[in-house]
Amino acid sequence: MDILKFITAGSVDDGKSTLIGRLLYDSEAILADQLEALHASNRKNDDGSIDLAILTDGLKAEREQGITIDVAYKYFETNKRKFIIADAPGHIQYTRNMVTGASNAGLAIILIDARKGVVEQTTRHSFLVSLLQIPQVVVAVNKMDMVDYSEEVFNQIVADYKVLAAKLNLDNVTYIPVSALKGDNIVHASPNISWYSGDSLLHHLENVEITIDDSSAHARLPVQWVVRPQTEALHDYRGYAGRVSSGSFRVNDKVTILPSGFSSTISKIELFDKQPEEALAGMSVTVHLQDNIDISRGDIIVNSAGHPQVSKAIEADLCWMDTRPLDTSLTYLVQHNTKTVRCKVQEILYKVNINTLEKDYAEDFKLNDIGRIVIKTAEPLAFDPYQINKANGGAIIIDSRTNVTVGALMLRDSVE
Amino acid sequence: MSKYRLDYLDELEAEAIYILREVAGQFEKPALLFSGGKDSITLVRLAEKAFRPGKFPFPLVHIDTGHNFVETITYRDEMIARIGEKLIVGHVQDSINEGKVIEQKGKNASRNALQTVTLLDTIAKYQFDACIGGARRDEEKARAKERIFSVRDEFGQWDPKRQRPELWDIYNGKIHKGENVRVFPISNWTELDVWNYIRRENIPLPSIYFAHKRDCITRNGQLMAASPFLNMDEEDIIENKNVRFRTVGDMTCTAAVESYAFEIDDIINEIASSKISERGARMDDKVSEAAMEDRKKGGYF
Repeated sequence: MDILKFITAGSVDDGKSTLIGRLLYDSEAILADQLEALHASNRKNDDGSIDLAILTDGLKAEREQGITIDVAYKYFETNKRKFIIADAPGHIQYTRNMVTGASNAGLAIILIDARKGVVEQTTRHSFLVSLLQIPQVVVAVNKMDMVDYSEEVFNQIVADYKVLAAKLNLDNVTYIPVSALKGDNIVHASPNISWYSGDSLLHHLENVEITIDDSSAHARLPVQWVVRPQTEALHDYRGYAGRVSSGSFRVNDKVTILPSGFSSTISKIELFDKQPEEALAGMSVTVHLQDNIDISRGDIIVNSAGHPQVSKAIEADLCWMDTRPLDTSLTYLVQHNTKTVRCKVQEILYKVNINTLEKDYAEDFKLNDIGRIVIKTAEPLAFDPYQINKANGGAIIIDSRTNVTVGALMLRDSVE
Repeated sequence: MSKYRLDYLDELEAEAIYILREVAGQFEKPALLFSGGKDSITLVRLAEKAFRPGKFPFPLVHIDTGHNFVETITYRDEMIARIGEKLIVGHVQDSINEGKVIEQKGKNASRNALQTVTLLDTIAKYQFDACIGGARRDEEKARAKERIFSVRDEFGQWDPKRQRPELWDIYNGKIHKGENVRVFPISNWTELDVWNYIRRENIPLPSIYFAHKRDCITRNGQLMAASPFLNMDEEDIIENKNVRFRTVGDMTCTAAVESYAFEIDDIINEIASSKISERGARMDDKVSEAAMEDRKKGGYF
């Protein structure tokens, strides 16, 4: 059994919380005491049924205001798969939360209100899904009950969305007509939508194929920690501990250490009491090399056959996440894999109006702004373009005055 | 591209090991908060996987309320002897003796709330900058919103509105002096995942997790172990029952469930078909709907 992490993009009005509540409720992922609390609540739908949205409400502050202020994680499983939902609010002022939730997602559900069709926020959510390179997209056309389960309405929305998807290079899009409120096509196929022959949402989530990049050319192991017991018996033991971020390593592979550029060969891979022949993307291992090279945290071990770029000036997409605007005169920190170095944003190339996808050449970069910049780092980063290798192309900017994470970087290309 | 993906337990394990190594790499004086419960026992196993054959780059810290199940303390001491790592114990009794906290009175008196003070004092005394804990996001809805690296101010407070964005698997552990970070490597595990992992890894557990005969009283609809720490009166009727505990905390606030689960397979079957969530058996969450959120803001684990 594997795990699928997915994000739901939509606002309160689209019935996003109800959709998640319905998924949990109908797949019987709600336990008795939670159900009791749900029934005890005085929040009900207009027809007197339970308001399933309550299941995703987390904090007192949110219940008071009736809004979602942050990313909440929900867990459920079926016989086929385990699921982690990152539930992020969809309003424009929460763009940073959606970017946060999207960064780890293998799939995105984009909710569209059947009565409203493709609107400005659909563009915004789809843009973020494309920017963060979420591999699978489900367009859930919700509130089908409000449009008499009309096939025509659904087909029009699908046609409209296809135009947007083409513009954003979104492949792997699946369209499902649903009503979260009534439970149509969420877990069970709906008799009300007999013209639709595809899977219910849950059935799709259970069966959608999620792949990993296991090519040895993309083998990357950021070194987190050097294991050196320095005991009598293990005097010469020196293991490089880290998690393979992409690709795969095998014993006897020729590898290069970056940024130093030294080469060696993998002599052994360890996972506690096991010695696997191969370390795949996602595995936390300890690697031994044939040669004694000075390697420390922040270095990255890569397959010699496929080097990443190594550069101190990099063009990147940036999402700004702090209430203090970006200050191009200020020195920030950039954290990429296990390496943290000083940096400056050398140039703002443009911002994107994420509702219309138009470029904007303004000078400032404020909370929730997204655009393209050039970053200059004090030491070289060994990165892959985010579009090709997410795992080695993402980085964060930290404000060294507050220590807060203020920006998300999708690295693109080194610049001269 | 390959369809092959890691099995979920391997994926959760790899993530937790990665997080533990980030703590080792990013902090000067980390510590692992050890309660004697199954979640922190799992953390110890994960730390072995992250750092062996080297030593742990942090000590284990136990905040001892003095009202523990004796089985927990026995287990703790045996485990420390087996793994050969350092243990630091902070005693709630010391905080009481020093007048920093006042023992609660009345029938529902518990030292559970007092341990926050002892914890914060222990963090200050040893100047820990990161404390690894076994909290999981599926336990409770306030926890569902907590980061894996969760920054606390010098009063130990969690501010849900001022959390740092946490992207990909890049964890920002930068803090100012006096602040510290709570780190939750098994955030993404469910209760059942922990049990399945314990079974797979064959990890020994304190005996109170398994069904046994025990004198209990029923209070506020929950079964509590009869003990000298629980304020009892003539209204409390002691009954001997077959019970086990789903979480291991202070004896005064951890409720038992009636159970005939003597083996780990029985427990996994019981939980898989269970109708009460794990924290449903914790009286400390029942005080109000926002109980956990309020305690977390105050510096609780």
